[in-house]
Amino acid sequence: MSSVIVSSPYVAPGNSLKRLMIQVIVALLPGTVAYVWFFGPGPIINIGLAIVFALAFEAAVLKLRAKPVMPHLTDFSAVVAAWLFALCLPMHAPWWLVALGIGFAMIAGKHLYGGLGFNPFNPAMVGYVALLISFPREMTTWYLPGVVSGETLSLAESIAYSFGSVDIGQWDALSSATPLDQVKTGVGQNIPIDEIRQTPLFGDYGGRGWEWIAFWWFVGGVYLLITKTIRWHIPLSLLAAVMSMALIFYLIEPAVYASPWFHLLSGAVVIGAFFIATDPVSAATTDLGRIYYGLMIGCLIYVIRVWGGYPDGIAFAVLLANMCVPLIDYYTQPRVYGEK
Amino acid sequence: MARLYKFHGGLHLDGHKSESLGRDLRSASLPEQLILPLRQHIGEYNKPLVEVGNRVLKGDVIAANSSLICAAVHAPTSGTVSAIGNYPVAHPSGQRDSCIVIDVDGEDEAARADIVNPKELDSEALIQRICRAGIVGLGGAAFPTSPKLSRGKTHTVDTLIINGVECEPYITCDDILMRNYADEIIRGSAYLQQILSPQTTLIAIEDNKPEAIAAMQEALLLQPLANTEIIAIPTIYPSGGEKQLIQILTGKEVPHGQFAFDIGLLCQNVGTCVAITRALEQDQPLISRIVTCTGDNVSQPGNWEVRFGTPISHLIEQAGGYKNPDNAFLVMGGPMMGFALHSDRLPIVKASNCIMVMREQTIPHTPGYHDECIRCSKCTEVCPAQLLPQQLYWHARAQAWDRTLEFKLFDCIECGCCSAVCPSQIPLVQYYRAAKSEIRAAHKAQFKSDRARARFEFREKRLLLKKQADEERRRLKREALKQKQAKSGAAADGAPDPVQAALERVRERKKAIREETR
Repeated sequence: MSSVIVSSPYVAPGNSLKRLMIQVIVALLPGTVAYVWFFGPGPIINIGLAIVFALAFEAAVLKLRAKPVMPHLTDFSAVVAAWLFALCLPMHAPWWLVALGIGFAMIAGKHLYGGLGFNPFNPAMVGYVALLISFPREMTTWYLPGVVSGETLSLAESIAYSFGSVDIGQWDALSSATPLDQVKTGVGQNIPIDEIRQTPLFGDYGGRGWEWIAFWWFVGGVYLLITKTIRWHIPLSLLAAVMSMALIFYLIEPAVYASPWFHLLSGAVVIGAFFIATDPVSAATTDLGRIYYGLMIGCLIYVIRVWGGYPDGIAFAVLLANMCVPLIDYYTQPRVYGEK
Repeated sequence: MARLYKFHGGLHLDGHKSESLGRDLRSASLPEQLILPLRQHIGEYNKPLVEVGNRVLKGDVIAANSSLICAAVHAPTSGTVSAIGNYPVAHPSGQRDSCIVIDVDGEDEAARADIVNPKELDSEALIQRICRAGIVGLGGAAFPTSPKLSRGKTHTVDTLIINGVECEPYITCDDILMRNYADEIIRGSAYLQQILSPQTTLIAIEDNKPEAIAAMQEALLLQPLANTEIIAIPTIYPSGGEKQLIQILTGKEVPHGQFAFDIGLLCQNVGTCVAITRALEQDQPLISRIVTCTGDNVSQPGNWEVRFGTPISHLIEQAGGYKNPDNAFLVMGGPMMGFALHSDRLPIVKASNCIMVMREQTIPHTPGYHDECIRCSKCTEVCPAQLLPQQLYWHARAQAWDRTLEFKLFDCIECGCCSAVCPSQIPLVQYYRAAKSEIRAAHKAQFKSDRARARFEFREKRLLLKKQADEERRRLKREALKQKQAKSGAAADGAPDPVQAALERVRERKKAIREETR
């Protein structure tokens, strides 16, 4: 007789955390490739650095907390968080910035709360916001896509940039504000949107290059929906909220408020809707709650973009919505079988 | 039946039914000894009616109880009672329970049956006979059948549901029963109609059992029943759960805190129907059942008619024995809701529908470690009770019992769907079972302490009242005394003394008489 003590059900599990996380990584690939296609290999270095530091920090903290290290490292949740965090950074960033940000995300954002499953805030966004507030200059030095500037930094140059072995002033000509930033500054100077969008920075709908990256994030998001890794409630309600807010104001005053398509295809709305806001740990967990949660983030994104102090607002919107999750979940409990 | 409805969630599971369906139904041989637990049903314990040394015949009542929710135990064969005491029984806790042990004599001599025509009996008499036969629901819960049927006296039963769904993987005892005894199921349904007079009768079978459906349809054709329909329902676990089956067939939900009969429904398992037929037609009590013995660690999986009390090891021998006894993992019931057995020296009882003989390696287990809940809500999607398992888990882990109640812990039917889909492989149901028993224990303790406090307070109050009453009585007495004294004092103060007055009156009268006579 076996001496194993285990209670039912006795069916082989059809799913695992690792499988879910790998699916997210797969879904991130097309958008990441598009990002590199337009902006050069900088993001790859950021992602690689972030993953290495994330795993190192996670292993160290697990060790300190006397938790099993390998089972947690190989659930790949740290890899996903690092990947998403790295995608939020400017395409070229010094290595210490990456290390500091992901370190804060892993330690303060994740493990101080008890590790995976216990963090009320999205760790990647915690790390990103910490950097945005602490290092505004480094965090807002963006570069032009190759289709605009004609060239991007090579792999060797990107590595040299990251590790501070060169004077980055030589690439000043390639640096630029993001399209969202451009719109914000322009509108602040009372320049009509149409005029702002005449610069080569802008494409057909959003920023040049950016709109295509957004499209590939969308493709990845659809993959997540098809594989049932995420559900439709958060992405749909989030996108619907951004689009409707944008539409309402665009219809009122098109010279001051950019079109819904511009808002959808600029910045991080699409990746935010499918990859960031859908982090299950920090998101609402009921169906109805997820709709409220998505709507809230969508509205906040628009408000921060248009009236707030930052050109884009995904991170703050997500963190603010994270705070409301316990409340949302409590008041959106589904009707239990047999109840009126 | 125009349409079927859906219940929330559920799972499509690998059936693993074919393993045990490759062989015909057989009767298990009699073992040397039968161990019969006094309680094989939900409800009160039976009291033994035999003593050590008594000879019993097949069908003799050996333990019973006058309680309403009870099912008597009968001798499954003839033999001698050799012991009455505590023996290990099949229970998740692995505990011992009181049992009667019968040394089988091999004669299989039956007690005299009292056969009457059941068609001439009224429903009261029919229920009485079902009660006498010790019949319980054979679907797995083992709730005594007669009290359930007695509900027909106080409630109107519109729809009688005969449950031949058998949705759990591996189990095929109802499938094989329907293939072999369809006519007895139909006759049993007829007797249930006679008792309950429902408007419609629905016989539900999952559509993964075409042979059973065909056999049942043929039997219904041969002995037609009024307003009765055989319905093939889609194969999805746990469609055989009473509440889920009701939802599939009628679209109705059993209201919170109520029972099926409150909304005019009554469910009976197909096995129970056969038991009813045999009890009513042949006066045969419930002494055996069909048990599936299957799994990847038994040589010849199949179904056997097994007398109660037969040790599981005996059944496994009938099935060709273990492939590898050293790593055998035994489960009573199915893989979703069954429970592990710590030994094979345990008796088959009325609730034993299946014995799974598995290899330890096939049983998924990661002792002591599981990933944390990431609130992905896969569990919510599959929960047939429409609960939020992830929130229940969170609060159960934190031992926040009142929170678990807010999230309707006790509506959990422990079907295991949530555990099966959890990507973190958390044994969710185990957390809920533990939370439920903690809460029940706390309630019991609370009830006891409340009662003790109430008694104490009542006593205090009683003593206080007594004291007050005594004081009041004394006060009144004192006052009365005082009044009396005051009165007598007042008489001395000038009021005429009644005695003196009377004497005066007599004297007056005498004086008057004397004057008259003069």
